[in-house]
Amino acid sequence: MTQNTYKTKPLDCWQKARELRQKHYHDIMTAKEQGRLLVTGSAPPLPLTAGIRDVVFMGGEPWAATIALDPNLSEQCLEATEAKGFARDLCSYCRNYLGSMFLSRSPFGGVPKPDFCFTRHGCDTHAKWYQVVKEYYDIPGFVIDMPFGPPGEREKTRTEYLVAQCHEYIEWLEKTTKRRFDDERMIAAIRNDWNATKLWGEIALLNAAVPAPLDQVRIYSLYVIGVLERDKKETVQFYEILRDEVKDRVANQIGILATERWRVLHDSQPPWSSLRLFKHLEEYGVVSIGSHYSLFLGGAYEKQDGNLVPARTPDDRGTVITNRDQAIQAMAEWYLSQGAFQITLSPRIRIQDTLQMVRQMKANGMIMHLNRGCEAASYGQMEVRLALVQAGVPVLTYEGNMGDAKEYDEREAFDRVDGFMESMGLKKLV
Amino acid sequence: MITAGVDIGAMNTKAVILVDGQVSSYSLVPTGIDMKQSAELALEEALGRAGLSPSDVKGIIATGVGRKHVDFAHDQVSDITANARGMHWVFPRVRTTIDVGAEQSHATRVSDTGNVVDSVRNEKCAAGAGAFVESMAAALEVTVEDMEGLALASKNMTAMNVTCVVFAESEVVSLIHSGVARTDIARAILEAIVTRTVSMVRRLGVENDVALIGGVAQNAAVVKLTQDHLGVDILVPENPCIVGALGAALMASE
Repeated sequence: MTQNTYKTKPLDCWQKARELRQKHYHDIMTAKEQGRLLVTGSAPPLPLTAGIRDVVFMGGEPWAATIALDPNLSEQCLEATEAKGFARDLCSYCRNYLGSMFLSRSPFGGVPKPDFCFTRHGCDTHAKWYQVVKEYYDIPGFVIDMPFGPPGEREKTRTEYLVAQCHEYIEWLEKTTKRRFDDERMIAAIRNDWNATKLWGEIALLNAAVPAPLDQVRIYSLYVIGVLERDKKETVQFYEILRDEVKDRVANQIGILATERWRVLHDSQPPWSSLRLFKHLEEYGVVSIGSHYSLFLGGAYEKQDGNLVPARTPDDRGTVITNRDQAIQAMAEWYLSQGAFQITLSPRIRIQDTLQMVRQMKANGMIMHLNRGCEAASYGQMEVRLALVQAGVPVLTYEGNMGDAKEYDEREAFDRVDGFMESMGLKKLV
Repeated sequence: MITAGVDIGAMNTKAVILVDGQVSSYSLVPTGIDMKQSAELALEEALGRAGLSPSDVKGIIATGVGRKHVDFAHDQVSDITANARGMHWVFPRVRTTIDVGAEQSHATRVSDTGNVVDSVRNEKCAAGAGAFVESMAAALEVTVEDMEGLALASKNMTAMNVTCVVFAESEVVSLIHSGVARTDIARAILEAIVTRTVSMVRRLGVENDVALIGGVAQNAAVVKLTQDHLGVDILVPENPCIVGALGAALMASE
């Protein structure tokens, strides 16, 4: 087994990333004091609400993942949700979030009351999730039904449907908040969204380099900034800094691990209570270089000569955007073309994407979390596994739940990793 | 050269002593809460049968679910690797090994040199195959050994939908109340395990020869049903419980 040793150093912009995340949660907790409106819904939101001033968005999934990082708090939240009669097999993000709301307990202290809900219905839980929130707080809410589907199928109809809902939302927003909607602000937010997504695509693909400049745990901490606030210019600016730093690491062969012997992709969200799993891989000199989830939820791509490249934004393509109609049309087309959301609908596309990622990211194998906490992310996983195995890619599966530690056995998962590494001829680094 | 392999399973701990590459003795003891103590006991018993003392042993490798508790072992390997190595020694032509233990099942593709090519483990809902048989035997008020004869005597297929012990017990009770023959219920219980195991094996892909090991492999009805479902002959080692410990002992001698 080849054992290459590389230069390594912490990320220079790591502190900046921390500050951005901390500021985001501080803004959520102090929105009222700042005189800002607090909006909650599924993240990332469609970049429309920025058309009214002084809004802070509280994304449900990142909020829940933050709770899930602390198994004790998470258990309290899950129990509180179950005590209200919600089923255990619901999305575990939803259960953590609702429990946090019922208990008014979170890693940041309490849970502030939102002013309204705005969510896209992108998986089978979203609309009902925020219906509960809306009713609990007695606040208004608006849901946009995301008409995702395989590319090439009823694209025109789907885009028209989304565009119509966006216009309806803007009317609702003005009426509900009694604030004037500023098209220029919305267009700026949409452009930030495109640029942040494109930049993340660029950053994620740089991880194809050997040695990998980033690992999975850092990727989770960095991509979430784009999930939380991708419509902000600060996010775009940060991703530019990060992109440049990652480029520099690639150029100078600075790895995230000093010893990189093997590279894996991870499938689905991780069991958040057990990010140690990735540390465990490192003990073998194995770096997890990304996942379908972190690559595609944070980034947008297109194919060029059979390779994934960062997607050109509508601005890059020369789309003229001077008014609300044009901006919403371009935004709808962009959102409906993105890969991450297709995983809920098409195992065929997911297989293509995954095989492409394995090849392009120079992955030696795949570790799949059979995630009982997310029906969307686990849909079609075994078909992907089969396709990978048929393509000669070694695959390890382990069962768990991204947000419910009761459904994850860490000892068993580590044991499986040990067996898998052994069968790949890898021993722990001395 | 004298080496030992110790396999700490969920229900039983096995030890094998190799002297110059040949099996000299083996032992099988119940696994207690103190897994290290179980490993010591198994090793002591196997050494005693071989007329050897611990100081004679040049290398010990631990495997199985409790391998990390065996601090006196010189190394640890996963049960998948140990089984593959042991299987290659017992049946060099075997390319697919199915291990159905008390709490875990896995299927492994083995190379012509005894290395692991690919493997799959059961997911949670198919766990506890061996423990499941014990529990269901109790529900039927028969012994585990009786299950084999009853199932082989069955002439009728009866579907059972679950392997979860909690639900399965109520399903067995319901079948009893419906007047289904005990033989048919026994067969249905074993079929439930086999269909789930076979589904796991198919995920891996079947390559001949195929062998079944683990405690459940001692049940001739399970072997027959597995053969029927997979449509291939199934080889079973003389002692299917000690293949992992044997593999570990072989690795200790390398």
